Amino acid sequence: MDHDNTDKPAPATPGVSRRGFITSVGTGAIGVAAAASLVSAAPPETQADVVAAGGMSSVSLVVNGRRHTMLVEPRWSLLYVLRDRLGLTGTKIGCERGECGACTVLIDGKARYACMTLAVEADGRDITTIEGLMTGEELGTTQQAFADEDAFQCGYCTPGQVMAAESLLRVNPSPTLDEIRQGMAGNLCRCGAYAHIFKAVAKAADLKRQGR
Amino acid sequence: MLQTFAYVRAGSLNDAVKQLDGPGARVHAGGTDLLGCLRDDVMSAEKVVSISRLDDLRGITPAADGGLRIGALTTIADLAAHPGIAEKYAALAQAAAVVASPQLRNQGTIGGNLCQRPRCWYFRGDYHCTRKGGDMCYAIGGENQYHAIFGGGACWIVHPSDTAPALVALDAKLRLISAKGARMVPAEKFFVLPDENAQKENVLAPGELVTEILLPPMPAGMKSAYRKVRARGSWDFAMAGMALTLTMKADKVADARIVLSGVAPIPWRLQAVEKLIIGQKLDAKLMTKAADLAVVGAKPLEQNAYKVAMVRGIVAEGLEKLL
Repeated sequence: MDHDNTDKPAPATPGVSRRGFITSVGTGAIGVAAAASLVSAAPPETQADVVAAGGMSSVSLVVNGRRHTMLVEPRWSLLYVLRDRLGLTGTKIGCERGECGACTVLIDGKARYACMTLAVEADGRDITTIEGLMTGEELGTTQQAFADEDAFQCGYCTPGQVMAAESLLRVNPSPTLDEIRQGMAGNLCRCGAYAHIFKAVAKAADLKRQGR
Repeated sequence: MLQTFAYVRAGSLNDAVKQLDGPGARVHAGGTDLLGCLRDDVMSAEKVVSISRLDDLRGITPAADGGLRIGALTTIADLAAHPGIAEKYAALAQAAAVVASPQLRNQGTIGGNLCQRPRCWYFRGDYHCTRKGGDMCYAIGGENQYHAIFGGGACWIVHPSDTAPALVALDAKLRLISAKGARMVPAEKFFVLPDENAQKENVLAPGELVTEILLPPMPAGMKSAYRKVRARGSWDFAMAGMALTLTMKADKVADARIVLSGVAPIPWRLQAVEKLIIGQKLDAKLMTKAADLAVVGAKPLEQNAYKVAMVRGIVAEGLEKLL
């Protein structure tokens, strides 16, 4: 997988050194060619490095337990990086405005919108996507509960719903129906499968309490 | 894809302040409002200065005077879950709990919540309105069901924050810093009406940022609450709301602060109502009087007169419930 042409970095700012850079760490990691990683000229030691507009920055993301070291443009969202750079397309694109929840992932164990998170900001963070809930070919507990309770129609919002449920249950293992409603409030289901979604979350809570 | 911008992750507050000192720089804390604004071209950024790794600005700690110090990077979720806030500053805990969605509360910070841009659809949309330097407020004569009934004029936005009215009611102070130095500003003086400046919501100078919020020690017996009325039961901005503090002495009101959300371009303090009830016995008759006085001076637009009735109800119910 080489991403040489998509989202070509803008021309480098004058005075900025460009260098070729190939990185490929871990399965599914990407090589990014001809990227510019840059640092403002001779900064005083107290100043952090400035990545120029159109430049790239090296980040290290731990996604589903696997470390990916790669170059990203500061303007890239974590959603874009997960889907288009790491090929993890379980995380869905919806509104791209932090309103629908389709892109929900866990960052350091907490539900966040991948569309509203810059990839550079996720540097060093532990990220879990829907793919990370699987054990081999086996569905994770929350995923299985959604399947058992028929908690979707078209299924597009489901990965985000499952991740939101996962986050809720880690903080509150025995939520009431109202707590489930509030905990799932950041995820829209256009098909309106909410009643089944709430049941699935309650079931997942039951299963997890039984140690599954 | 967003427009390109330079990016720097500040290594210290000093560094952040230096990096922000210049045109086109935007501060990134949780990023939830900044990214939305950049995506919708509400504002542009030549350089994004991230303060998100400045851990000194995160967390809630006791202050020397017996109050609490809240780092500006404390997430809304952490604020809502903090036992000390819930116990002594209930209005703030209740306000934090009803901000946006769980995901946004996990990411958004208290500093950012105070500094977020308004949600007016003309401001967020493709309109060169007064807030963006134009010469017209499109809400006047437009779709204005969620706009202001108080404090309008050159612009009729409502301030979108739930935590801001709670902090004004609790008489919090904000610490601001820029290349010129640090200063303390009472939460109440932080916000700016359109007639003073229609292009900004607060007193922050370019390159200046909020670093911490100081809550004063609470007088014994003081109670507080925040109520938010929205179009649906979850995740929405306030149509109207109220942060209230109340201290009773025997059966009379010793002190009160009442601040509305969702009805004005700033957290809207009802000083006349406070004056009316302080020193009095808060009976049903006085609550009705308080509710009537709360809406004196309201100037509803074509589609938001319902907010006048809503404010009356919120004030009367809020006083009764907290008593």
